[in-house]
Amino acid sequence: MPIPESDVTWVAEARLGFWEQLYIPSMLDGLKTTIGHIFSPQVKTEQYPEQEPKMPANYRGVHRLNRDHDNRVKCVACYMCATACPAHCIDIVAAPAPTEWKDREKYPETFVIDELRCIYCGMCEEACPVDAIELTTLYDLTGLSREEMIFDKEKLLSVFDQTTKAGTDPVRTRAGRLGAASDAPPGT
Amino acid sequence: MPPFDPLYTAIVIVCLVGGVLGLCAFLTLSERKLSAWMQDRVGPNRVGPGGMLQPMADGGKFFLKEEVIPDHVDKLFYIMAPAVAVGTALLTLAVIPFGSTTPAPDPVVGSVAEYELKQAEYQSHFNFVLNPGLDIGVLYLFAVGSLAVYGVILAGWSANNKYSLLGSLRASAQIISYEIPLGMSVIGVFLICGSLNPEKIVAWQTANGTYWLILFQPLALVLFMTSSYAEANRLPFDLPEAEQELVGGYHTEYSALKLGLMLLSEYVHLVGGSFMLAVLFLGGWSFFGLEAVSADPIVAAVIKLAILCGKMFALCIFAQLVRWTIPRFRFDQLMNIAWKVLLPLALMNLICVMVVKQLGAPLVVLTVTSGVLVVGAGLFSVWTAGSVTNPKRKVVKLPAGIPAGVTYAS
Repeated sequence: MPIPESDVTWVAEARLGFWEQLYIPSMLDGLKTTIGHIFSPQVKTEQYPEQEPKMPANYRGVHRLNRDHDNRVKCVACYMCATACPAHCIDIVAAPAPTEWKDREKYPETFVIDELRCIYCGMCEEACPVDAIELTTLYDLTGLSREEMIFDKEKLLSVFDQTTKAGTDPVRTRAGRLGAASDAPPGT
Repeated sequence: MPPFDPLYTAIVIVCLVGGVLGLCAFLTLSERKLSAWMQDRVGPNRVGPGGMLQPMADGGKFFLKEEVIPDHVDKLFYIMAPAVAVGTALLTLAVIPFGSTTPAPDPVVGSVAEYELKQAEYQSHFNFVLNPGLDIGVLYLFAVGSLAVYGVILAGWSANNKYSLLGSLRASAQIISYEIPLGMSVIGVFLICGSLNPEKIVAWQTANGTYWLILFQPLALVLFMTSSYAEANRLPFDLPEAEQELVGGYHTEYSALKLGLMLLSEYVHLVGGSFMLAVLFLGGWSFFGLEAVSADPIVAAVIKLAILCGKMFALCIFAQLVRWTIPRFRFDQLMNIAWKVLLPLALMNLICVMVVKQLGAPLVVLTVTSGVLVVGAGLFSVWTAGSVTNPKRKVVKLPAGIPAGVTYAS
């Protein structure tokens, strides 16, 4: 679409005065600025491997699976994250929860995220009704093989342990009773 | 002419080329560091202490990279171009007097004995210059310097690539245009000193105290400096390799050491230009009596070499500061500066020198005329309100709507 003429603002070039037309003073003025920066540097560069960056709390890095009070996995295997995931990188196999787990009906037997497929959009976190899946501020995810980058439930739980212990990502979701998604479907 | 000693000449050549190439390597480091400091960055700091060994890493990389010769190039010229570029750049160093020079005596009209006496006196001095007593000195420099464009043209044309060709066309237009103010601006210097021999020009500047030619020819200094930046394709004038427009310009198709040579030749040009600036305008190896602190000829020669190299290095650093301060010119601006600003100013400066020399007026008059010319040029530009340097074409405002003949997919 061409831009309508009404949206176009014509900016006239500034008229140069005598001082600018001499050219050399303006050039020296520019040099003053650049040389000034040499002698009063305002370097903001982080020396990365030596100096770890401080990530904002809402940074979307590696996933973790949260634990509840009793150190059980919080996830109730409702598949909402897997459904919301635009990259289809979450694979869950649900199983009936152990009988002593009174507060829920299902739990994930396996919970696998392919970290290479993931686009780190955070939609799984948004979709989760029980705040079980979260994205942490871990940003330097590396691996030597593709298999290594497919995170299973244990690995995701260990990310939770690691990040809460290190204090980089404290538990930031509400605790207590699980949400409505953990209840048995109506009529059963 | 002094006798030719192959061994001595070979030693000087090795020192000179080795020194200049080593210096060029570290100029790349200083360029990167300076630009980093100016832009509030850190710059290369991984290789060696504070990044000091970065040039070695860069050079090693050029050696180890794959040497790709594309199928579509003209092989002969493609391989020749980097050699021509570096060769011509290095040739310019042949006439630069590296400190402690004594100009060869003028031809003697009188007796043979007088001639022998003068020659013996001349032989007793220690000269560190590749081509002592070369009377066409600076002329040779311009001749070889303008050959440098062949390296660029060959590179661009043989690569058989439109970006390279555009870059080399720009380069040829630019270098041919800037040759003229480059040469014109220093004719005044030759008229004042009465010689084209750089040794004699230095001797003139040091003969009666410190009368560097910057005092009498400041305008010529600015013109020469500007033109030499353009000759070296340095940033305000780096249109031949404008990477935003032309990928890499004339050296797009080059890889490995050939690319290294192409980049090197640019720095050798900078070093050569800075040497010429120091010799022609800034008194060569003299520095307010510092050159005379030692009577020992060897120590004095070392001091003078250090002074000249210090001046050259300072000028190189200044060129780098300018490079990272001023944005690139548009091509029409580039041509306007050469033909409508630098050339008339150089010509008028030359006329001033001629008049002063003819009337026997003191040289200080030239300082005044330089100032008057600069201010006059500024006033003239204000008076004409840019109509001289701005493009003559009218800016046509098209009527609103889709231009005729253009259809858009709906």
